[in-house]
Amino acid sequence: MSTDLLVSRPPGRHRRARPELGAALAAVAVLLFFSVVADSFLRASSIGTVLYAASTIGIMAVPVSLLMIGGEFDLSAGVLVTTAALTSSMVSYQLTAVTWVGVLVSLLVTLAVSGFNGWMLGRTRLPSFIVTLGTFLMLTGANLGLTKLVSGTVTTKPIGDMQGFDSCRWLFASELTVGGMTLKATVWWWLGLVVVGSWVLLRTRYGNWVFAVGGDAAAARAVGVPVGRTKIGLYLGVGFCAWVLGQHLLFSFDTVQSGEGVGNELIYIVAAVIGGCLITGGYGSVVGGALGALIFGMVSKGIVYAQWNPDWFKFFLGAMLLLAALLNSWVKQRAERGR
Amino acid sequence: MSVRRFRPVLLPLAALLLVTATLSGCSSTGGRRAEQARSRAATAGGAVDTPRWTVAMVTHAGAGDAFWDTVRKGAEQAAAKDNITFLYSNDAQTQNQVQLIQAAIDQRVDGLLVSLAKGEALTDVLAKAKAAGIPLISINSGQEFSARFGALTHIGQDESTAGKAAGTELGRRGRKSVLCVIHEQGNIGQEQRCGGAKGAFGGTLQTLYVDGVNLPDARAAIAAKLQADPAVDTVLTLSAPLAATGLQAVQDARRPVELDTFDLGTQVVTGLQAGTVGFAVDQQPYLQGYQGVDLLWLYRYNLDVLGGGGPVLTGPQILTKDDAAALAAYVARGTR
Repeated sequence: MSTDLLVSRPPGRHRRARPELGAALAAVAVLLFFSVVADSFLRASSIGTVLYAASTIGIMAVPVSLLMIGGEFDLSAGVLVTTAALTSSMVSYQLTAVTWVGVLVSLLVTLAVSGFNGWMLGRTRLPSFIVTLGTFLMLTGANLGLTKLVSGTVTTKPIGDMQGFDSCRWLFASELTVGGMTLKATVWWWLGLVVVGSWVLLRTRYGNWVFAVGGDAAAARAVGVPVGRTKIGLYLGVGFCAWVLGQHLLFSFDTVQSGEGVGNELIYIVAAVIGGCLITGGYGSVVGGALGALIFGMVSKGIVYAQWNPDWFKFFLGAMLLLAALLNSWVKQRAERGR
Repeated sequence: MSVRRFRPVLLPLAALLLVTATLSGCSSTGGRRAEQARSRAATAGGAVDTPRWTVAMVTHAGAGDAFWDTVRKGAEQAAAKDNITFLYSNDAQTQNQVQLIQAAIDQRVDGLLVSLAKGEALTDVLAKAKAAGIPLISINSGQEFSARFGALTHIGQDESTAGKAAGTELGRRGRKSVLCVIHEQGNIGQEQRCGGAKGAFGGTLQTLYVDGVNLPDARAAIAAKLQADPAVDTVLTLSAPLAATGLQAVQDARRPVELDTFDLGTQVVTGLQAGTVGFAVDQQPYLQGYQGVDLLWLYRYNLDVLGGGGPVLTGPQILTKDDAAALAAYVARGTR
């Protein structure tokens, strides 16, 4: 087994264009478009709102992009965020514990669920679509069922007056106002996660394993890449980020609605795809996923600032995303032909 | 001979046919034209001399909800009358509704109407609206949070009171055993409606949970329950779409069961007229939108506040066969 070979980049990646190039251009185009169409889009406070919207998608787009590069999906990512928030809230409240206890238990639970996804995948060799669809449905039911069982209603009890809430809130949900622009803690988490995710993908041996596993799992296994463990690692990344976002929701809103999060998993996947991650795996970047989230945030809030009829909201959103994706693939083709 | 050769001819021919058909086939009664004439008549006249203000309404509604469409219609008509630009946005997820409220604040609107179904979760963002000096009125749900968030007033229906009104009416009509159909498991407002009805009603009241977004399944579930429990003589549904589904289920069960419901809809009114629906408990969604915008206008114009610190109730209003004929036209135009 020669692991030295795997430390260097796979040869194929040098020839291709940077995966995030198209997304970067699309992001600029969307920014210019809404700057012209919507008067209030470029106000400091609006930029803060757009960045916040982008960050709540972007935090999850980081691990979902990595997972997609590794050739897998996670359909449970959306409700796992709600699970993380619910667990943290209910553990703290029911045990009357310092909120940090709930936060840590929640981390263990989300890592266990996502680890289960990865382990199940490696064990059964079933498609990740099936495995995570199963956990998605189970979590959706468990979120509602357990919350009603424990709290008596579908909403958790407020924990704002409990010890540790303020420090947790500072870490996950504080905000900083710079010249009229309010930056929420999620924006810093997002940036941090993008940097770490990018570094892992491009500068570590594990990152090369991710590319190898997503490109051709059988070939990767043949040259000694631990395919199963690599994928479990990717799923644990999803769990960790779902935990971060879940804690943000809890500590900024104080209570959690148990039925939420359904459908968000597709938005994370959309962000990764717009960002240039190949849906079949083996190609993509974390920065691309982040740009995808930014585009999604700008479009979804830009439509509101432009005061377009909300009945058509989803239509506009879909059309803008399709245009962004088209621009993205066009740029990529041009760049590849040019080399 | 290929189709290709005919192509230059086909297109103008089709266009010609279409135009002739449209021109010669005009109906002189009903249809879209009559509707447009009605709506022009409804919005004409009565302008105020206040400057153009902007009011935003942000609700927890899902997309394409008939109830909220009526609320919007009321708000839009009040806005047209009061020279107000009306902005509407909605999202069922808490964090998205919060972001939409923030977007309204960013746009520096002159007034804000918010439904408070998510309660506590809106604390921070509504504090920001207050700090920005935007007057707030809460509508529809979340009466108990309204004053705490500094709203001028709350416009809506108290769900327990509405439930009690339904229970009293059920008792008055001599019903013995009622099946209360909850179509959103865990919706507090729905639990309060059934709970209120149970408290005020003398007979037995059981609740049945059905899936409100899967109407065929809900129909089968209600019918199965009616067949399994012969004592049940009344079905009480909590929304207009579920009332229509409940009517089908009663037919499926093939025995005389009365259907009563909350909220109005075309099928509910036809049911009232035909006698298949006993009564409807209405909360007047049109009024929630109309009054919301109008009260914000009054506040900006004259610092007027309605309700005296308490909620302004738009319901419950018990509607029976006697009211149905008059209501039919209003339901058809989408304002009841």
